[in-house]
Amino acid sequence: MTAPLRGLLAADPVVATSGVALFADALRDQAVPVTDAGWHPPMPGTEDALARVMADPRREEANATALARMTAAEATLVDVAPASEALGLERGTFLHAGPPIEWDRASGPLRGALIGAVLLEGLADTAEDAEQRLAAGEFELEPCHHRGAVGPMAGVVSPSMWTYVLRDEVHDNTSWCSLNEGLGKVLRYGAYGPEVVERLRWMGDVLGPILRQAVRSTGPIDIRAIVAQMLQMGDEGHNRNRAGSLMLLRELLPGMITADASPTEVAEAVRFSGANEHFFLNLGMPACKLATLAAEGIPGSTVVTTMARNGTDFGIRVSGTGERWFTGPANTPQGLFLGEYGPDDANPDIGDSAITETGGIGGFAMAAAPAIVRFVGGDVPFALAATRRMYEVTVGEHPIYQVPVLGFRGTPVGIDVTKVVRTGELPQINTGMAGRVAGTGQVGAGLVTPPEQCFTQAVEALAEAVPR
Amino acid sequence: MTVHVELRRGAYHDSVSLMQVSRSVAGAPGVQAAQVAMATELNVDVLGQMGFEVPADAGPNDLVVAVRADDEAGVESGLAAVEDALRALSATSSDTGAADEVPPATLGSAVRRSGAGLAVVSVPGAHAVTETYDAISAGASVMLFSDNVSVEDEIALKDAAAAADVLVMGPDCGTALVGGVALGFANVVRQGPVGIVAASGTGAQQAMCLLEAAGVGVSHCLGVGGRDLKAAVGGRSTRQALRALAEDASTEWVLVVSKPPDEAVLETVRAEVADLGLRVHWATLGAGRPDLTAAVEQALAAEGVTVPEWPATTAAPDDATLPVGPSLRGLFCGGTLAEESLLVATDALGPIASNLGHEPALGAGLTDAGHVVVDFGADELTRGRAHPMIDPTLRMERIAAEAADPTCGVLLLDLVLGHGAHPDPAGELADAIRSARETAHAAGRALPVVVSLTGTDADPQGRSRCAEALAAGGASVFLSNAAATRHAVTLLGGAR
Repeated sequence: MTAPLRGLLAADPVVATSGVALFADALRDQAVPVTDAGWHPPMPGTEDALARVMADPRREEANATALARMTAAEATLVDVAPASEALGLERGTFLHAGPPIEWDRASGPLRGALIGAVLLEGLADTAEDAEQRLAAGEFELEPCHHRGAVGPMAGVVSPSMWTYVLRDEVHDNTSWCSLNEGLGKVLRYGAYGPEVVERLRWMGDVLGPILRQAVRSTGPIDIRAIVAQMLQMGDEGHNRNRAGSLMLLRELLPGMITADASPTEVAEAVRFSGANEHFFLNLGMPACKLATLAAEGIPGSTVVTTMARNGTDFGIRVSGTGERWFTGPANTPQGLFLGEYGPDDANPDIGDSAITETGGIGGFAMAAAPAIVRFVGGDVPFALAATRRMYEVTVGEHPIYQVPVLGFRGTPVGIDVTKVVRTGELPQINTGMAGRVAGTGQVGAGLVTPPEQCFTQAVEALAEAVPR
Repeated sequence: MTVHVELRRGAYHDSVSLMQVSRSVAGAPGVQAAQVAMATELNVDVLGQMGFEVPADAGPNDLVVAVRADDEAGVESGLAAVEDALRALSATSSDTGAADEVPPATLGSAVRRSGAGLAVVSVPGAHAVTETYDAISAGASVMLFSDNVSVEDEIALKDAAAAADVLVMGPDCGTALVGGVALGFANVVRQGPVGIVAASGTGAQQAMCLLEAAGVGVSHCLGVGGRDLKAAVGGRSTRQALRALAEDASTEWVLVVSKPPDEAVLETVRAEVADLGLRVHWATLGAGRPDLTAAVEQALAAEGVTVPEWPATTAAPDDATLPVGPSLRGLFCGGTLAEESLLVATDALGPIASNLGHEPALGAGLTDAGHVVVDFGADELTRGRAHPMIDPTLRMERIAAEAADPTCGVLLLDLVLGHGAHPDPAGELADAIRSARETAHAAGRALPVVVSLTGTDADPQGRSRCAEALAAGGASVFLSNAAATRHAVTLLGGAR
């Protein structure tokens, strides 16, 4: 039989403190090992809800389950298909990033992307016509997340766009993401000029079918394994995807080269994919979506399962409160700008790509990607500290996604709403910046955090859901 | 004169640190008065009384910096002192080594990182429940120093702790000694065979100091919170603590110290203990039961230890021609000491007004022309402010007020030494006593002062040294709180 109170009375005391510094000092004066939690008050007005949630007897086990499911989720690329086929996306319906939003409140880049998608689908002849029809409410708008999909930046998906299809056989879930268009003037950043629509047509006519043949001939590709490797090669999987993109291309190349297409088309497809450093982002995102999908709907769990932005609102969803969104006004990222763009040109935060942070990579794996800090305006100690800070607000570490420089410690995974609210430490998100004005495209990249109120609302809702 | 009031949002510091900051700012050149405090309801009142106008939207998470100075230069020197003092605070608390090191942001993180078996929670009451659950989840026993925790929360926390095989000591637990380590307010005593379970902080300190004076050491002192033996809580932590001590190799017998417990709960716990094979002695205050000193004496006798003569020095009598006021004024920092004095003095004097939850109750001003006992450590007097054992301001003001009150006959005070207490309390208190007696003499009255001094010579403040200082200030000084109270009653009796 073990000693009572976990052996407290038999061992030399080791003490942790929270609160008045005097107590820690008094213990240090007695040569007792002391660790001070550096407590400060939680986000204002949350103390009662926090206490209720912390008292929930289901919390610990529910969070352990959420962590276990998130880290056990597989992510295998099984097919490439048009959204109409893969998602059953109906003509006249457009998916978008972030929580639900109507045209009236939509930001510039989201409007631009929707205009481009309407043009691509042939539902309008001119941008003005498309804008009028969108404003008149002729089309359905729906979050990607409501269909298990994720979209980078504006995240607009229309029926004829091609998507990657990823499977998690362990939890029997499927996720989807569009093909990456490259950088510069692209639909996801809100550009919709003729070259943008033309590129999308080519992606549907040539690239998509070639990738489909490649995946079908090569067989399923383990995307989670690539994420694990890219983290060890200096990528964090959100703003930096160089190693991941090359590894993916290496898997796909034999099937692309032998695809049933003209050598010119194959060469174009290979050149386009190989020149695109963010080629892999659109596979890392649905891989993380599968991880978070597996953790959804666990009663009592305080783990965040979605962080997403539509350019106007930032929204989160939490395991214990299911499909409910908690939203607040999206912040504008801080970082570096392309060319002559400046802070006034940047749109507030946009995109489903924060799914990478939700799944334990991206900003949470910043320490794995020291090269990223120059891109977002920080230094190397900042990158290490960013990941270390995220361990303080997550429930655990990812057994497969590891950070070499931290001694191969797993990345912090499973954002815990209670820890965010208690510490005021907001999730660190690495992101691109879209131009504020529809049609602009990318203006920069940087760092952003969610608004506090997403988390304070979530903790209130979790408190209400605690059985009395 | 120039007044400066400023609000700093989200800049949190604990009340003890801010008291130190306020003191150093008040001492800056040209500063007349200064207060740096979190804008809790109580602090806003204090600031108002000091003549500062706090912005209406100030909340408990905002730091108020208030300075009144001779002129603009004085304000500037005050604000510079604020910056220096705040910088000094963060220099000691954020020394974390490498640039990328991140200190633990939650108590659970601190427990897991260090493998701590014990957590000390001293955050404001509204946040204490959250911190305690976090520590329990991480597998640590908790010394819950915070007060203002509801009985419902206390019960739920103690049940969650028992399920996790850890102990919640508290809430409002001021004193514990685990494996020779003093937590919170505790005296330096020798290691020995006695385990203490205490539903009382200063009661435990009194018992430890009496045992030390008798040459008997302590193995562990487990605080359980002042309400643990009340009907609602039902002795949850007391039972757990007794079971743990029964299996502890270094503990031979146990002393249970408590404020007046619920009789039924006490009976149940007594019955349960009988099966543990542990010798337990009871120092549970209450009408018809022995005081703490008598209970310790009985326990010592039962364990075959000679009861010593408890240290005491009696002051020379005042000029017999001077009249003494009619009433006892007991001004206490220790809740249990106040409770014990109330019980002992009531036997001799009849009803005594107090803020201890008994009849007659004191009104909002805590004053009455008759006999009075005030506990300055009570919840309502510590909300948003440090415990009087750290910050004696309120009691000092009251001592001065009593000196000018002709109905005040004898002042009965406690002074508790040890870890966590004021580093040099006797000098200040002796000065206050001296000046109170002078004020009374000047008004043609005698004002005898009796101090119950709980401490040991191994304490950082040194009991003998403190006793000498207090005696030099004109006070009679006793180790036994019950003896101090009886002496005060005797002095008063001479005047009746």
